[in-house]
Amino acid sequence: MLDKIRASLEEAIAPIQDGASIMVSGFGDSGIPFELMSAIMDKGTREITIISNNAGTHETGIAGLIKAGRVRKVICSHPRPPNSQTFANAYRAGLVELECTPQGTLAERLRAAGAGLGPFFTPTGFGTLIAEGKEQRMIDGKGYILEQPLHGDFALVRAHLGDRWGNLSYRFAGRNFGPVMCMASKHAIAQVNRVVPLGDLEPEHIMTPGIFVKAVVAIGGER
Amino acid sequence: MNYQPLTRGEIAYLVAHDFPDGSVVNLGIGMPTQVADYLPSDREIILHSENGILGMGRAAMGDEIDLDIINASRTPVVLLKGASISEHTVSFAMMRGGHLDYSVLGGFQVAFNGDLANWITSGPDAIAAIGGAMDLAIGARNVIVMMEHVAKDMTSKLMPACTYPLTGAGVVNQVYTDLAIIDIKPEGFVVRAMVEGITLETLQEKTGAPLHTSDNIATIRRNPQGHPCY
Repeated sequence: MLDKIRASLEEAIAPIQDGASIMVSGFGDSGIPFELMSAIMDKGTREITIISNNAGTHETGIAGLIKAGRVRKVICSHPRPPNSQTFANAYRAGLVELECTPQGTLAERLRAAGAGLGPFFTPTGFGTLIAEGKEQRMIDGKGYILEQPLHGDFALVRAHLGDRWGNLSYRFAGRNFGPVMCMASKHAIAQVNRVVPLGDLEPEHIMTPGIFVKAVVAIGGER
Repeated sequence: MNYQPLTRGEIAYLVAHDFPDGSVVNLGIGMPTQVADYLPSDREIILHSENGILGMGRAAMGDEIDLDIINASRTPVVLLKGASISEHTVSFAMMRGGHLDYSVLGGFQVAFNGDLANWITSGPDAIAAIGGAMDLAIGARNVIVMMEHVAKDMTSKLMPACTYPLTGAGVVNQVYTDLAIIDIKPEGFVVRAMVEGITLETLQEKTGAPLHTSDNIATIRRNPQGHPCY
């Protein structure tokens, strides 16, 4: 029987080792798997590479891990939230490395990784600093730069409902990077507000098919 | 003759009233978010937010607040009837794929060839933060920049060439400032409208590259309701 439900957050993140690259869903505060991030903090995981849109808000989640010195590199589009100096302080102190990538390019690099594609040409960033060191090409009079797929060891995502096959649905714009990160990582772990029996999710309402998910854990709190 | 520069709200009002009925628009973070406050009620303007919302409404209040329904500035908003939610690759395909009619961005500098700098200053302490700006700058069919005409240090933000790192090369179509509306055409900055009372000579003094004039430059006046129009 296929059963991806894990009894606890600790059990769900058990395979994550020091030095792992971890994708973290979320935009602003929506869709961030705060409970899974807290479990990573408690576990003591170090030398993490974070792949996420932001570099944490306030002092929780990614920012909490950065403040605790657990993160060696952040790959993101926007590391400067209005409400947190945590990343900026660590970066200026030379404690964390940054790879800043345009948000749409971040999403598409994840998609390419998850979809089995190689590098791809995008017009985003042509003629800018982002293009430096990358292959550039004019195609039909338009400039493009070559971007690489972005793979990760793990993805931590927050979904709304999940079942034992790993099928997920999300609430509103909490979806954001969740589906594509599940595809792009070797081992996606979803925290859900509620686990539902197999068959309760309507097939056409499943936003992440279970094939992309390795573990599902309920955090209880229905929002 | 004296002139009165437009307030940020007045610039936002002008931008909001230049969208045709049925336009799909993305409003960038910063000054452009104010445009949402002035959208004309007799037109249907559909707002896109980079985090996956198409059909975004006003700011949410009280019981309407849901932290899974926020705009690009992380402010809780409401969804309009007909709104859709997509995941990130689809949301950015709407931009990069040329499906948006307009994107409105803030700007540090715009050059007469349409280059835009709005994501990082060249200060030694600057930390890169791109967000969706580079995708918005290249994708929409019309890219509008809203900014003050002159920076705090009194240098023009309309330049012969940007000195800050670019967000996009040759991407800007129109610039709305507190003094004028300027189209970017193959010949460079072309004045479409300027605030009542300013002379072309004064506007040129405050602009870092040559201004070209169209046959009839419109005058931006305040109507009896106090709103700017041209």
